[in-house]
Amino acid sequence: MADLRSNTGGIRSPNPFWLASAPPTNSGDQIMRAFDAGWGGAVWKTLGQPIQNVSSRFGALNFRGTRAVGFNNIELITDRPLDVNFREIAEVKRRYPDNAVIVSLMVETEEEWREIIKRSIDAGADGLELNFGCPHGMCERGMGSAVGQEPKINERITSWAVGYSTVPVLVKLTPNVSDILPHGRAAQRGGAHGVSLINTIKSIIGVDIDRFVPVPRVGDLSTNGGYCGAAVKPIALHMVAQLARDREFQLPISGIGGISNWRDAVEFILLGSSSVQVCTEVMLRGYRIVEDMIEGLNTYMDQKGIANLDQMVGRAIPRYSEWGNLDLNYDTVAKIDSSTCIGCQLCMVACMDGAHQCIHPNPDGSRVPTVDESECVGCNLCQIVCPVPGCITLEEVQDRLPPASWNQHVEHGAKLRPKKGVH
Amino acid sequence: MPHLPEQRSETVFEDFKPPFDDQQAAIEANRCLYCHDAPCQHACPTHIDIAGFIRKIATGNVRGAARTILDSNILGMSCARVCPVEVLCAGECVHNVQDVPPIAIGKLQRYATDQALAGGWQFHEAGAPSGKKVALVGGGPASLACAHRLRRYGHAVTIFESRERLGGLNTNGVAPYKLRADAALAEVDYVLAIGGIEVRTGVSVGKDVSWAELERDYAAIFIGVGLGADSVMKIPGAQHAGIHGAVAFIESFKTGSVDLSRVQHAVVVGGGNTAVDCVRELIGLGVPSVQMVYRGEEAGMSGYAHEWDEAKIEGAQPVWRAVPVAFEGTNQVTAVRCAALDANKKPTGTEFTLPAELVLLAIGQARLGDLVGALPGIQLDNGRVVVDEHGATGRPGYFAGGDCANGGKEVVNAVAEGTAAAHAIHQKIEGVTHG
Repeated sequence: MADLRSNTGGIRSPNPFWLASAPPTNSGDQIMRAFDAGWGGAVWKTLGQPIQNVSSRFGALNFRGTRAVGFNNIELITDRPLDVNFREIAEVKRRYPDNAVIVSLMVETEEEWREIIKRSIDAGADGLELNFGCPHGMCERGMGSAVGQEPKINERITSWAVGYSTVPVLVKLTPNVSDILPHGRAAQRGGAHGVSLINTIKSIIGVDIDRFVPVPRVGDLSTNGGYCGAAVKPIALHMVAQLARDREFQLPISGIGGISNWRDAVEFILLGSSSVQVCTEVMLRGYRIVEDMIEGLNTYMDQKGIANLDQMVGRAIPRYSEWGNLDLNYDTVAKIDSSTCIGCQLCMVACMDGAHQCIHPNPDGSRVPTVDESECVGCNLCQIVCPVPGCITLEEVQDRLPPASWNQHVEHGAKLRPKKGVH
Repeated sequence: MPHLPEQRSETVFEDFKPPFDDQQAAIEANRCLYCHDAPCQHACPTHIDIAGFIRKIATGNVRGAARTILDSNILGMSCARVCPVEVLCAGECVHNVQDVPPIAIGKLQRYATDQALAGGWQFHEAGAPSGKKVALVGGGPASLACAHRLRRYGHAVTIFESRERLGGLNTNGVAPYKLRADAALAEVDYVLAIGGIEVRTGVSVGKDVSWAELERDYAAIFIGVGLGADSVMKIPGAQHAGIHGAVAFIESFKTGSVDLSRVQHAVVVGGGNTAVDCVRELIGLGVPSVQMVYRGEEAGMSGYAHEWDEAKIEGAQPVWRAVPVAFEGTNQVTAVRCAALDANKKPTGTEFTLPAELVLLAIGQARLGDLVGALPGIQLDNGRVVVDEHGATGRPGYFAGGDCANGGKEVVNAVAEGTAAAHAIHQKIEGVTHG
């Protein structure tokens, strides 16, 4: 059994799986049920000034019959009274002392921050998360991503919060910026104990093509919302990794964005996350998914001989580099295993129409296509479209030139192999 | 055409393959890999762009899916129901290669074409009038497909049908748990809706109208007369009441009513698809005991294995290696006396009787080649009209397709052959030579 205990900037939890601040963490009843199911921590739905939500709040992106590969929402922060929330926080902490309860906060003035931080800590919060990320509704009032997009404001408010807090403070970052680094560094300068990212991405999830109104439709109007769910994971992984490999940025990271299963969690941890936060998949499938997440992570760590999360956090970061450092003499070609090929020829049409025209009909008349290895650039597209796992492999060409990156080529004249696929 | 009676014995049957609803169709359509140069399309005699129409169902373009199907096969609705997809398109689905269930292509095709027929979606218009006329003898699937395609080319067409209704076996012979007569006739109406197809029912060519008259009045003649009467067994008792040819009996309960209330035991003779259909139909019509007498063994049946498997599940009782030698009874058959056969289908000397108040003979149908065999130039092969790959017979201006030319295949073969013949007729009468 691997040790799954997690520590993110001083916030400890029995495992790295936290519920993100969102509808699944709206109430004490929900969070206690989630802890019963196995969740290690929960970030309470953001507390702040009173708001009123609309009816019709969520929209989904379906793809080839799979529902909600992407998701968006126009729901705001908690619409429940603060007193009720604080009472429930205290009850949860009394009943579940070992689980992490992090309270997400979003207010405007320094006095408001001081007041709400005190009440949160008095209620028993193990940590605070400053919501500088919400991209809809609140930002128009000068909060949420309006703060997260301005490093100076981020730093100032973070420093207020850290000054008033006796528990660790995480800053939740918005992805709605061109470069995440200045924003992570601002939180660090403000004294934060860690960051969490990504919040949702500004989005329009779709358009009702019969009514000519974007989705979700509120009466005859709609508005942009926050995009999340499985489809945003690549964006989130990049931003997490950008911070994790930055020499100046030294804070722990709580990774968020499209995490739906233990594999996603492993990826976030390998790119530098000390804990991971989940919302959308719980909204779609319920708290019970954590059982598989814990077991899957544990089995993975055991199989890899990884004893604890510290041995795993950021382990793939040294392998995340700049394009200019990639070996241009690394050469692979596609191989099709005729014994497992089912003859759908998706690889062939993908290569012909979308890649380098090097997969052809088999001259012997069989439906197993052939690869012209002299033209194959090893782009992976055929393997991506192949419906049979393991049927198409990309195999390294032997007798290749010594490794040479673009940077080495420019700086030292390193010899590059002849180009392929430029007919 | 006369209306079908409301009261028909066939209406007791539910669809063996029930239709997809929107959600089921979407899930199934999204399972399709959208193969390049798809094997299912190659396996379809009418070469429907199957992957293409399934993708259109998946994207919600059901109208486009129906158009794609009906462009290639104007009888796509009935084919969706009656095609043995297990041995055609779905049998070639690449999912089979990795033991994943193949796409339910027939049910997806039905999903699209049912909506096209229900909605009256017409995708084809008659071509500009060519001034040429074509006669089609027989009103089954081959002629309907041929006539529709000829209208798209702009030729005037007349269908001569000896029965009261068009549709051929779709109307009169297909098992009702696949396609009922009313649905077959709805499809006939859909085909005729292109306009300009003259229909002359109750007219037998060669009797009511001479071939010479047709040759005089029409630029080309398409023969799609199907097969003839059920074969009979010339054995003692063959004249008893209660003994019927299978195809005639099926027609009687599809287009009317039969009273089987006093039939406790039925025997079906044969081992082909018509025999298997009869067994399932009699079980469905409520006959308590249905035995199928076949001279060979299970492995030698010409009926499709997937259909026979269903028949067994439904309660069919096979009697292998046996042949009737007499029908017992006075006026009404009461039993079938059978001779047991050995592995070489030779009598072993043992005889036994099976109780039967109803006997259906599914041992083949007469070939109608004689109908046209007297015309100089037309060649017959074992009663079938010999045609080239374009459907042309040896007599100039005469084309043929469907069961009378192929000896008895699927509806989809008849459609393919009728469509191909229309193309050849068009080229012939427009003076275009085959390229």
